[in-house]
Amino acid sequence: MGEVLVIGGGIAGVQAALDLAEMGIRVHLVEKGPSIGGRMAQLDKTFPTNDCSTCILSPKMVDCARHPRIAIYTLSEVQAVAGEVGDFTVQVLKRARYVDETACTACGDCAQVCPVVRPDEFQMGLSTRRAIYIPFAQAVPQAYLRNREDCLGDEPIACGRCIEACRKQCIDFDMQDEVIELSVGSIVLAVGMETFDPVALTEYGYTRYENVITGLEFERLICASGPSGGRLIRLTDRQEPRTIGFVQCVGSRSLKYQRFCSSVCCMHATKEAILAREHIPDVQSYIFYTDLRASGKGFQEYIERARREYGVKYIRSRVARIEEDGDGRLVFHYEDAATSRPQQVKVDLAVLATSLIPGPDVAALAEVLGLELDEYGFFRTNPFSPTDTTREGVFTCGCCRGPADIPQSVAQASGAAARAAQYATGNT
Amino acid sequence: MSEGPRIGVFICHCGSNIAGHVDVEAVEAYARTLPGVVFVQRNLYTCSDAGLSEIKRAIAEEGLERVVVAACTPRTHEPLFQEACREAGLNPYLFEFVNIRDQCSWVHMQEPEAATEKAKDLVRMGVVKARLLEPLEEQEVEVEPAALVVGGGMIGMTAALNLAERGFAVRLVERGPRLGGLLLRLDKLYPTHEDARALVAKRVAEVEAHDRIEVFTSSVVSEIKGFVGNYEVKITSNRQPATGNQHSLRVGAIIVATGARVFKPEGLYGYDGQRVITQFELEERFRTGGFDAERVVMIQCVGARIPERPYCSRICCTTAIKNALQIRERQPHAQVYILYRDTETQGTRYEAYYTRAREAGIQFIRYSLRHPPEVTDERVVVYDELLGARLGIPYDLVVLSTPLVACEDARELAQMLKVPVDEHGFFLEAHVKLRPLDFATDGIYVAGTARWPAHLEETITQAYGAAARAATILSKDRITSSGVVARVDEALCRGCSRCVEVCEFGAPSLIETAPGMKVARVNPVMCKGCGACAAACPTGAMTAMHFTDEQVTAMVRAALGH
Ligand SMILES: Cc1cc2nc3c(=O)[nH]c(=O)nc-3n(C[C@H](O)[C@H](O)[C@H](O)COP(=O)(O)OP(=O)(O)OC[C@H]3O[C@@H](n4cnc5c(N)ncnc54)[C@H](O)[C@@H]3O)c2cc1C
Ligand SMILES: Cc1cc2nc3c(=O)[nH]c(=O)nc-3n(C[C@H](O)[C@H](O)[C@H](O)COP(=O)(O)OP(=O)(O)OC[C@H]3O[C@@H](n4cnc5c(N)ncnc54)[C@H](O)[C@@H]3O)c2cc1C
Ligand code: SF4
Ligand code: SF4
Ligand code: SF4
Ligand code: SF4
Ligand code: SF4
Repeated sequence: MGEVLVIGGGIAGVQAALDLAEMGIRVHLVEKGPSIGGRMAQLDKTFPTNDCSTCILSPKMVDCARHPRIAIYTLSEVQAVAGEVGDFTVQVLKRARYVDETACTACGDCAQVCPVVRPDEFQMGLSTRRAIYIPFAQAVPQAYLRNREDCLGDEPIACGRCIEACRKQCIDFDMQDEVIELSVGSIVLAVGMETFDPVALTEYGYTRYENVITGLEFERLICASGPSGGRLIRLTDRQEPRTIGFVQCVGSRSLKYQRFCSSVCCMHATKEAILAREHIPDVQSYIFYTDLRASGKGFQEYIERARREYGVKYIRSRVARIEEDGDGRLVFHYEDAATSRPQQVKVDLAVLATSLIPGPDVAALAEVLGLELDEYGFFRTNPFSPTDTTREGVFTCGCCRGPADIPQSVAQASGAAARAAQYATGNT
Repeated sequence: MSEGPRIGVFICHCGSNIAGHVDVEAVEAYARTLPGVVFVQRNLYTCSDAGLSEIKRAIAEEGLERVVVAACTPRTHEPLFQEACREAGLNPYLFEFVNIRDQCSWVHMQEPEAATEKAKDLVRMGVVKARLLEPLEEQEVEVEPAALVVGGGMIGMTAALNLAERGFAVRLVERGPRLGGLLLRLDKLYPTHEDARALVAKRVAEVEAHDRIEVFTSSVVSEIKGFVGNYEVKITSNRQPATGNQHSLRVGAIIVATGARVFKPEGLYGYDGQRVITQFELEERFRTGGFDAERVVMIQCVGARIPERPYCSRICCTTAIKNALQIRERQPHAQVYILYRDTETQGTRYEAYYTRAREAGIQFIRYSLRHPPEVTDERVVVYDELLGARLGIPYDLVVLSTPLVACEDARELAQMLKVPVDEHGFFLEAHVKLRPLDFATDGIYVAGTARWPAHLEETITQAYGAAARAATILSKDRITSSGVVARVDEALCRGCSRCVEVCEFGAPSLIETAPGMKVARVNPVMCKGCGACAAACPTGAMTAMHFTDEQVTAMVRAALGH
């Protein structure tokens, strides 16, 4: 049986790896970050059935870690690819973790003593981590890592407190980056997306006003494992909001930024409004939208429920600008669609549904692999061979081929696995 | 009391999911007082690698003979903990799950004290059950490396080809006289405007040329028996006059790709098939050269997104745009209006397609259900929500965009397969998020518009995806089934056949052991351990293992504090 390389360990990469491995194929799963899981690990609940995201993702991550035919390489990136379909040679740069990932028990003793405090990326910078840390509790592998740039130690060791604290003695500052060479028959790209930074849209005041946050920040804030322990609060006064305004299509469907529609944000804003109401029974949410894009299975019903049972108000209008008043409340200026007159509404918290955009690595990998991108910078695919890239033997799934929700990403992952398997086993 | 098996209890914080509302330390202290419990531990996440290692370590070092985990839900996590037990040499059926997240911290979020007390009760019940657990054996069965694909449209054919190319035999059953499905009757395909029939003809040729695919046209599945890895299927010809032709096949996995049908808007907006037609009929006119109109008004969501059919059919906005562009291509001066509620053109390609239509001069007018358009003899009257004004648009042709609806016989097929359909009649997958192409019944998968209306880009993806899912079964020589099954005590069984009648999965059957003496036997691979038979059995001969009367009674007594 052949071998396949899967690049990116979000839900798409995880599903592709599991399907391939269950087909009897050896899988090398290369993940740039310290854990697999991707964006889905950062979400609180997931539309349209509101299952807890981590709770449904975590068993799959653990399955990956335990599967005898899946090798996971974290902190790793593909540097070079030679050869062709059926016979690719791949160079993977595996960065040093400085913690022995097989020995670490994730006890956290090291982080307890580490004096360095840094913004926590997983929590969208809303809380802090140490220089030695685990990205999130259910991370796979279950091991801490030391961020070398953040650390005070190194040569000569200036701090080294973590080394002393670790009873398992699994911290080793002499670990080196490694280059690993792999031979595979085919490749699946699943490097996912980034979210658009809305700072450029100055009219919404993101970063200028603390109570203007993004959808992902909202997901962390309302999540039980988030920076506020699941209490949905405004950042200025740590009080629960009474009113929330959701701004849709932030960066999407725009001539200036992304021309495309990000597919998932009408639904995730709806979900977030529902969750807000579950946490704060009398909260009022307003969703300012252009078109309500809700054509997936059960989506219209979900929106109906949001309207009827959770009192979510949908307002068809683009918000022109947001202004802060004295006490941190936010005034939304918009045009009433029915009367074409300017209108205002005051809210406590504003949530921007920012576009899903290709990460910087999509272009870099396209270069390494000799692939074409589409006009938006995602991997180019053809609608009638949807998981094939422009190169034979290289397939793609999930948000790196265009915005997609979780069910779509999973279906695409299985689809890409089927295509990749055809080449891994030498039958084309 | 202390003679029973050595029981270990693990209490999970689930981050703060549980610990935020349940006093886990109190539950821990309580668990230590329960008879038989020799080891108790709390974990931040018992399901993490670290938590699982702790379970294994405790089995080895503390000599645990039963493991109880009080955590989230067995639905997602039971296999994980069972596997940890197995890896540590403990029969996985000596494991018991106590759900203190869904049943305590979530439902009693506002009342932490009550949640904690309930968690203690549940742990006590889990521990008494654990003492009575018995090791169970799992069954291994061989897998027939062949697949059945039901439905010979683009999606069924694509799935069949992928499996065949990977070396599996495929039987493809199509109800109609030829392969191709809906695409045979479409004109061009969005978003690239390739020819639908050319695309599908290529796939038909590939399928017909493949020596591992056996095609049965004008045929339907008339019977399905068996279970994952070993389905026995009867295929019957529906050719008229009836030939009585029947084939019996064995397959390891089944893919449902029976598509959907286009809703006919009888009685809506003056639909007459002449001046008021559907998008589907418009494409037929394009194909046959019967199209001739200068002023065309399209109305979206006809029969969709209304109380009696609330869903959005996903494909009709893009279909309208396609056909509007086709009209402009044929007659550059034609006027085309699309009256819509929301444009469902998500993603990169379809949003670009919408932009292209606007740039091409297609007029989009938004209406709402408060003022639905009216079709009179000369014009379509619509209240434009953006302008806030009523417009009357003269027309030569009105085209209604109608949704895809489930096939009438989908329910029948679903019953034969013992899989569910949703309230609209579309096939219902095992898990909306993470198992979009699987059914709960092992070895059966779904793809295409039989599942939900979707663009070809998506349905073709699903075809490959379902093929991958089926291949995860077909690639194995043998598979193992659960040990939680029903067991018959033949001495008590009277052969009354109640169990045979109630079982949804066809697992029990009556066997003649001596002349005139019948007893029930359960096929352990087909049995799902649901216990329906045990409840129906009048003599107590049938027992659902892992949920025996003794075990359940002990739990009830424990719940009542006895
Ligand atoms: C605010 C918000 C809320 C959402 N809510 C929902 C919801 O409720 N329901 C739903 O269905 N969907 C939701 N989504 C969409 C969902 O997040 C995506 O569908 C899903 O995460 C896509 O998974 P993926 O694997 O394609 O990408 P990602 O999750 O982005 O994973 C990609 C992985 O690849 C890794 N990677 C990147 N570059 C490289 C490289 N060069 N080499 C190796 N690895 C690399 C990344 O580190 C990451 O682990 C939401 C999205 C957002 C932004
Ligand atoms: C008017 C219209 C225009 C469209 N235009 C486009 C477009 O331009 N671009 C695009 O991407 N998508 C388009 N679509 C969507 C596209 O047609 C579907 O995604 C695709 O046809 C789905 O294929 P399928 O194989 O699942 O279903 P189908 O093509 O419907 O095939 C199902 C097959 O199963 C057979 N069958 C049904 N029941 C049984 C049974 N019990 N036993 C055996 N066989 C059975 C049927 O006879 C049929 O041959 C359009 C849809 C419509 C309605
Ligand atoms: S050596 Fe670095 S990681 Fe370790 S405790 Fe000091 S600063 Fe933190
Ligand atoms: S102290 Fe050692 S074992 Fe504990 S988390 Fe840190 S590195 Fe891992
Ligand atoms: S999904 Fe909705 S919010 Fe997101 S870009 Fe598309 S239309 Fe805008
Ligand atoms: S796809 Fe468009 S026309 Fe079809 S039901 Fe949805 S919104 Fe209406
Ligand atoms: S336990 Fe359920 S599945 Fe098993 S034989 Fe009895 S009724 Fe059928």
